[in-house]
Amino acid sequence: MKPRTKFLLGGVLVLGTAGYLAASAIRDTGIYYLTPGELSAKTRADPTFYETGVKVGARVVNGSIVRDPGGRQVSFKVTDGAQTYPVVYRGITPDTFTDDVDVVLEGRLGRDGTFRATTLLAKCASRYENAPEKYKNTPGYKQATPPPADRDQRA
Amino acid sequence: MILVGELSLWVALLMAAWGATVSFAGGQMRRADLIESGERAIYATLAMVVLASIGLWTALLTHDFSIKYVASFTSSNLPVVYTIAAFWGGQSGSLLFWALILAIFSAITLWSNRASNRELMPYVSGTLALVLVFFLATICLGTNPFERLDWIPPDGRGLNPQLQNPGMAIHPPNLYFGYISTTIPFAFAIAALLTRRLDAEWLAAVRRWTLFSWFFLTVGITLGMWWAYVELGWGGYWVWDPVENASLLPWLVITAFLHSIMVQEKRGMLRKWNVSLVIAAFLLSIFGTFITRSGVISSVHSFAQSKVGWWFAGFLVVCLGLAIYLVTTRLKDLRAQAELESMVSREAAFLYNNLILIGIAFSVLWGTVFPILSEAVRGEKISVGPPFFNTVNVPLGLALLLLTGIGPLIAWRRASVANLKRQFTAPVLAAVVIGALLFVLGVRNFAALLSYTFGALVLTTIVQEFSKGVGARHRMYGESRLIALPRLVARNRRRYGGYIVHFGIVVIFAAFAGMAFKKEYDLTLKPGESRAVTDPWGHTWTFLSQGISRYTVLNREVTAIALDLRRDGERAGVLTSEKRQHVDSRGAPTFEPSTEVGIKGSFGQDVYVVLAGVRNVDEAEIRVSFNPLVRWVWMGGALMAIGGLVVMWPAADRRRVQSGYAAVLRPEHLPSGEREFARI
Repeated sequence: MKPRTKFLLGGVLVLGTAGYLAASAIRDTGIYYLTPGELSAKTRADPTFYETGVKVGARVVNGSIVRDPGGRQVSFKVTDGAQTYPVVYRGITPDTFTDDVDVVLEGRLGRDGTFRATTLLAKCASRYENAPEKYKNTPGYKQATPPPADRDQRA
Repeated sequence: MILVGELSLWVALLMAAWGATVSFAGGQMRRADLIESGERAIYATLAMVVLASIGLWTALLTHDFSIKYVASFTSSNLPVVYTIAAFWGGQSGSLLFWALILAIFSAITLWSNRASNRELMPYVSGTLALVLVFFLATICLGTNPFERLDWIPPDGRGLNPQLQNPGMAIHPPNLYFGYISTTIPFAFAIAALLTRRLDAEWLAAVRRWTLFSWFFLTVGITLGMWWAYVELGWGGYWVWDPVENASLLPWLVITAFLHSIMVQEKRGMLRKWNVSLVIAAFLLSIFGTFITRSGVISSVHSFAQSKVGWWFAGFLVVCLGLAIYLVTTRLKDLRAQAELESMVSREAAFLYNNLILIGIAFSVLWGTVFPILSEAVRGEKISVGPPFFNTVNVPLGLALLLLTGIGPLIAWRRASVANLKRQFTAPVLAAVVIGALLFVLGVRNFAALLSYTFGALVLTTIVQEFSKGVGARHRMYGESRLIALPRLVARNRRRYGGYIVHFGIVVIFAAFAGMAFKKEYDLTLKPGESRAVTDPWGHTWTFLSQGISRYTVLNREVTAIALDLRRDGERAGVLTSEKRQHVDSRGAPTFEPSTEVGIKGSFGQDVYVVLAGVRNVDEAEIRVSFNPLVRWVWMGGALMAIGGLVVMWPAADRRRVQSGYAAVLRPEHLPSGEREFARI
């Protein structure tokens, strides 16, 4: 066999391994990212979706957060409007976790209809950029006087 | 000044457009006057962009909150250094920064090539001008940093506290330098393809720029890891976040290129491959920017979702189409001048190194875009996280580490058994000893075990190379070994600088593997209460809460915990961790609370304490992590950067051009030396 053929075989082997690893890893580690509504549709259609690891993006129901005194457990409800699930989570909650925030949960939906989360991320609307327009509705921030016509002088 | 800045942006756009037009026209018609006008247009663009940047900096420093960008990212109580850094803290400012740096690099390129590569230069400056046109048009029409509000807020919103960190002031510029400098090799590649002058000439011109790019990407990525580690407070430094991946992709491709370019220099092979890698590095930089700006992939780094992302997507598609067209129509000009002679040769080792690097790049790219692809194709959102990337990249990374040891020692063209024996006896012995030792000591994590075994192999090869070189100088010139070492490196910077980079790689792999032994505890402590936990090295640590304190400082309200540490009963100092609520100059809270991590570092491990929350007034919830060998990540990154600097140092480069490119080997005994070697 010529070295070139050998190398091509080796190359196919290397890239094939990489491709196989990538494909199988997606299958083994990729998990569904669903809204509560989609999750309930999935479980109705296919009961194996109970007790299967999924990611759920939803909003925390106002006033539903109950912290277990002394322990680390916190229970709350999440919803997307179509479906509401009770959630239990053990662990430290992020600073941003409050009523009405969007959260991303990773965990399993039990057959009792309770979602057991193993990770909890609270999303801030936007992390790095936010227009100051947001101030406009804040009390105390009145609409400023219209910009002076002679602004160019400051330039 | 602000108005001048705004206007000069538009002038810059016109200048760049003029430069692109006349450069290409001048190249086609071979008219020196047009070519010169094109180059001057780029210098003029630079001057205009500099003016625009001064304008934005003026607006920032004079706190002109009528400008949306200033109001969005600064406040009157923001420290000056961050006010300056806010230039690249947001979308439109960072694009202007990009244009500024690109204009500077373009001008440097034109200036340094004013007497060389004259056939290529019209097309190089034309391509550079086109890229400048794209960025300036995006800024002027898509997201103008000088956009005004129709009202004047009393104060700005302030800079996100997580960005108020010294690392953050320097991390983005480093990455930008890395990304932007891929444009220069790209322009040379396009010029070489257009003119069909695809010999070693254009490669020689771009090698320094790819090194430059590699250096800044390395530094930028390392700083980014450091920033994430000390600032974000989740106890790690890499999560395979899309934006992290976006910075890794061009790094991988450039690393591959820096190896395969040697094969082309020595053997005239891999010409298509090299041209493709240079183009891919640029496209991946643009792709990274697209990911960061468009919000199509959710990421901790996301700028607000904006249409600007789609400008980048469009630009990416156009560049990709153009590159594919150019490469495919010039396949004949890119034929290899030699063929692979043996599988046991340095060429073969480099080829495999390239394949693995590109394999890693593809899998990272695949994992990054899979969620969007899956949603678009199957309508299902699938989340791909760190488990995916680790499953794929741990084996590939280990194979790469092994090749790091093999590649530099094996002979070009065809290695003999004697060569192999001489070079590999000591390294293999060292690897086996280290591997066995760790196994006996109880290390059972397979990936970590292999990391250390291969690391020992690579390290021994490096030591062996250095000691051989030093020994030879010692014998030949009678130099003492202490003098011989720096002289050895100075005389052959490319080779020994490369070994220093490899050393850095080994150190980083060792550090990555260390994280497999991380331990984490969640503790709730009242003042005076203490808890004992065990670290990965088997020591017992006691954490005693000294209580919570609350105070206001500068632009933030702080809640802090102080912990007394004891290691195996002996005092080990105090650690504090803070929760910060940033406020504007009127005392109103801005941004979400942020965390200030307490870290007690040593070479063995970092004790990493995060105040997660306070309950019932004085009960602190803390998370304690013992992160083994984290310090070695920063040291490895520094070593790689130092190695990169050694390779880049100009003197070595000039000598190499004189000696290295004179001879392109063309083996006579091959039946058809011109036959193309590999279609990859």
